[in-house]
Amino acid sequence: MSDTPPVITGTVYVVGDNIDTDQIIPAQYLNLVPTIPEEYKKLGSYALIGLPEACPPFVEEGQMESAFPIVIAGRNFGCGSSREHAPIALGAAGVKAVVAESYARIFFRNAVATGELYPMESEIRLADVFQTGDAATLDIGAGTLTAGDGTVYSTKPIGDVAPVVSAGGIFAYARETGMIGTDSQ
Amino acid sequence: MSMTITEKILARAAGRDEVKPGDNIWVNADILLTHDVCGPGTIGVFKREFGQDAKVWSREGVVIIPDHYIFTKDVKAHRNIDILREFVKEQDLPYYYDPGTSNYKGVCHVAMPQEGHVRPGEVIFGTDSHTCTHGALGAFATGIGNTDAGFVMGTGKLLIKVPETLRFTLNGKLQKGVTAKDIILRAIGDVGVDGATYCAMEFDGDGIADLTIEDRMTICNMAIEAGGKNGIIASDSKTEAYVRARTDKPFTPVTSDPDSPVKEHRTYDLSELVPCVAEPNLPDKYAAVTDRTDVKLTRAYIGSCTGGKISDFVMAAQVMKGKKVSIDTFLVPATQEVAEGLMSEQIDGQSLVEIFAEAGCLDIAPPSCAACLGGPLDTFGRANTDEVVISTTNRNFIGRMGSKQAQIYLASPYTAAASAVAGHIADPREFL
Repeated sequence: MSDTPPVITGTVYVVGDNIDTDQIIPAQYLNLVPTIPEEYKKLGSYALIGLPEACPPFVEEGQMESAFPIVIAGRNFGCGSSREHAPIALGAAGVKAVVAESYARIFFRNAVATGELYPMESEIRLADVFQTGDAATLDIGAGTLTAGDGTVYSTKPIGDVAPVVSAGGIFAYARETGMIGTDSQ
Repeated sequence: MSMTITEKILARAAGRDEVKPGDNIWVNADILLTHDVCGPGTIGVFKREFGQDAKVWSREGVVIIPDHYIFTKDVKAHRNIDILREFVKEQDLPYYYDPGTSNYKGVCHVAMPQEGHVRPGEVIFGTDSHTCTHGALGAFATGIGNTDAGFVMGTGKLLIKVPETLRFTLNGKLQKGVTAKDIILRAIGDVGVDGATYCAMEFDGDGIADLTIEDRMTICNMAIEAGGKNGIIASDSKTEAYVRARTDKPFTPVTSDPDSPVKEHRTYDLSELVPCVAEPNLPDKYAAVTDRTDVKLTRAYIGSCTGGKISDFVMAAQVMKGKKVSIDTFLVPATQEVAEGLMSEQIDGQSLVEIFAEAGCLDIAPPSCAACLGGPLDTFGRANTDEVVISTTNRNFIGRMGSKQAQIYLASPYTAAASAVAGHIADPREFL
């Protein structure tokens, strides 16, 4: 378990409260099966395509991945469906972490179980502080999100979640730590 | 120690005498439910992690009910059902309900209890957030993702956190025209869409006895709409009669200790509740119907695990009998059994099918999830433009029924039917 929690630098994409799973990945794309590699990639190209039309595109037309490695959100991010396609679509699009005020339970769990992204919680509401396109650096280990002007915002500790995400999800973590055997595949 | 029904079920499933909220425990699953949308991915995880030749932990524990994308030309949707078929054959699974055969059921959350797969005191995991429906029969039931489901499929276990409980005591009797849907929309309106996050929503009180099993399913179905981990109602003689009629499997019901501590306790006098809607775009946007009669509608939709059961169609028919709908009205029975009930159930000698046809509803669709969640472009009832829909379903998120321009009002079958006749949001009490 030598995975060090990463430092993620890039531009942020900002959304508000109650971003539900239908906005993250609309149901019409649930015919794609995430464990089939080309369909996994395709899910990424549709990430956040269900947001209201006034929102800037998260993935540019014709692209498979997003230019935004960090998503900043308000309360209850990922509410609604248990579809694991939601954290997978974000992860496949290149998102490394979401920094939200709070999460819906199943989304949080699916993000960790799949290891697709770090579901960080901010100490204060950041959805009104940042704007889409702002530069930021997220240090998972230190629990800080640093804005382009140098202002540092804290994230809440995520404890045992970080190593599971770093390992690539619960199965990979369980193998790395000897919780389960390594003889399958 | 004094425990809630949720804590007691989880303690038993973990082989412990007691658990408390916040404990992380390994529990044994009784049932793993999956369907055509999440089943193929779950199978993919299971095979990737446990090996191509691995066997599921329990052949009788895995229940597969395709229901989401059934009546569509979408090629991948058909491919996904083929993946399920192949897996069922390979694993020799007894509980698979194959589309296109007489064994096809329809919406999994209505088919599960109907087929005897839900039993009081048991633990049910499902790859669908509305798995919480099954708490209506006194089970612990919650939605999980494909990766966790792949783990359950291989081991029969899952690590979970014991939730705190929000207790909703329902006393008294509903007035005419007010339904279980109005109870749960009111409760969600009161606590908010994240008010029950990580919590159990437990419903008790002297008002429960009057509620049918289907009413209780409607209530528990929407626990997830407040962020709840599970919804639950302790079983009673009604529950036990319902379950005994459907399965021979033994079960041991559980109830909350009367003084069991909870995070929050709310009490409702059911006689004070009124017909209501949840306005776009969140299920907690509660409004009394009488305050929204100015909202003009273009479409009504009656269906889904929340509002597509036989009792839901009986309610709609009571309102529509002898009247004409003034907007496009889509009817999607949840299961084949409900579809058959539309022909056999009668009001004053007229079948529900006849009542709906005379009222001018569109031809009744075959059972499935259909447009509740939008789905492929050719899905029956899918909102493709700026429709204003009154719907008996459970979610009114932006784009939920297919189009971001559509506006969805959630309501009871009574209210949806009355509004279909009026062409605007209407009070069903004026029609009954």
